[in-house]
Amino acid sequence: MVRTCVICNKERAIIKRPKTRQQACRECFYYVFETEIHNTIIDSKLFNKGDKVAIAASGGKDSTVLAYVLKLLNERYQYGIELFLLSIDEGITGYRDDSLETVKRNQQQYDLPLKIVSYSELYGWNMDQIVKEVGLKNNCTFCGVFRRQALDRGAVMLEVDHIVTGHNADDIAETVLMNIMRGDIARLSRCTEICTNGDECIRRSKPFKYTYEKEIVMYAYFKKLDYFSTECIYSPNSYRGHVRTFLKDLEGIRSIAIIDIIHSGEAFELKKGVKLPIQGVCKRCGYISSNEFCKACVLLEGLNRGLPKLGIGKTNKMLKKYGNMPEGMATIPKFMNKNSDSVSEQC
Amino acid sequence: MTQPLIKVNLFFSGGLEILFDNIKQKTVEISSSINPPNQTKMEDLIKWIRENLIKTKPELFMTGNTIRPGILILINDVDWEVEGELEYTIKDGDNIHFLSTLHGG
Repeated sequence: MVRTCVICNKERAIIKRPKTRQQACRECFYYVFETEIHNTIIDSKLFNKGDKVAIAASGGKDSTVLAYVLKLLNERYQYGIELFLLSIDEGITGYRDDSLETVKRNQQQYDLPLKIVSYSELYGWNMDQIVKEVGLKNNCTFCGVFRRQALDRGAVMLEVDHIVTGHNADDIAETVLMNIMRGDIARLSRCTEICTNGDECIRRSKPFKYTYEKEIVMYAYFKKLDYFSTECIYSPNSYRGHVRTFLKDLEGIRSIAIIDIIHSGEAFELKKGVKLPIQGVCKRCGYISSNEFCKACVLLEGLNRGLPKLGIGKTNKMLKKYGNMPEGMATIPKFMNKNSDSVSEQC
Repeated sequence: MTQPLIKVNLFFSGGLEILFDNIKQKTVEISSSINPPNQTKMEDLIKWIRENLIKTKPELFMTGNTIRPGILILINDVDWEVEGELEYTIKDGDNIHFLSTLHGG
């Protein structure tokens, strides 16, 4: 039995939308998918005319679709923003080198300027070398902390106002659940914000906050977008993996659950008087940090001193045990954000 | 009485091909009634794939009697959720695409 699209009542349905359970045809699906993202951008006032915006591009499905859709919406609705692709080369042989090839093809396909920043140039270490040193247990901590900074630093090099990432509704629902399970109230209150920026940080936002992973993959499939889909060779990623399995099981029973979890996360409110860490800047490199030194500097110090555990777990305890961080050792280039005064008011 | 065979074109992508020796496309001949007297349904095909094609880690393909959540299925370029999921009756010449959403971003 052929089912008809409930939007146009004419064409054959090709997808059941997880958020609404509507059955839609190809053209209507494209239209509602793109328009919902446009509405999110407008409702949250994500962009200002003239903004320079870097898309954090890994070559994977989310960032590939994000680049495609933002370019299209920028032209269709005349946001007047200038788009860039920003990629991080973590230095993972057989994984990132291949996915960067995808990003380079995207650069041609979408005609957007591309900047690649590598861990080697910023930190003097790539992930292959770090894994040799620390093994496969805490390597993702290094990679995550280093990537966050690398994106900000790449954004400064590109002189952009804003970084957009491909985090989708499923990712955000996972993060809400993980923060609840860890009792991390500071992150719980932040993780559902569509747009974040600290005082010194570059503005960051997630236009796919309400976009289901299923629809992103289907959109890429029907549009035949070129993306890279291999699991990182160093990532067992177990904690998130369990949460992910749980969330996917929930989605199978009741697909609205993903949006409901995001709404629950948004509705959490901190009791008055709860103390949150105060954000300052790292004494060594100037990057945003709630401690004396930022996590990247401590991790790097650990690597350079042959004490890779230095930045894992309780940093202060470890520093007491192994001796403090000596002054005047700025090993990561000083973080200078020229925009910091102007961006802090926009969000 | 032997049942006639039907040809089905299978596609694996989004990282799923790794379970199939990196083969992205394979045409197979299966019975039109794997589970007689019923005609072969999607449910039978998924089990058939697990038993005949998967090289390693079948739990990354199936959970219980269905596909592992997070793997999308398209039947002739239509979301299987539109086509009745496990109850869909497989036809000769069908293109069936298994697409993982579980890798990277």
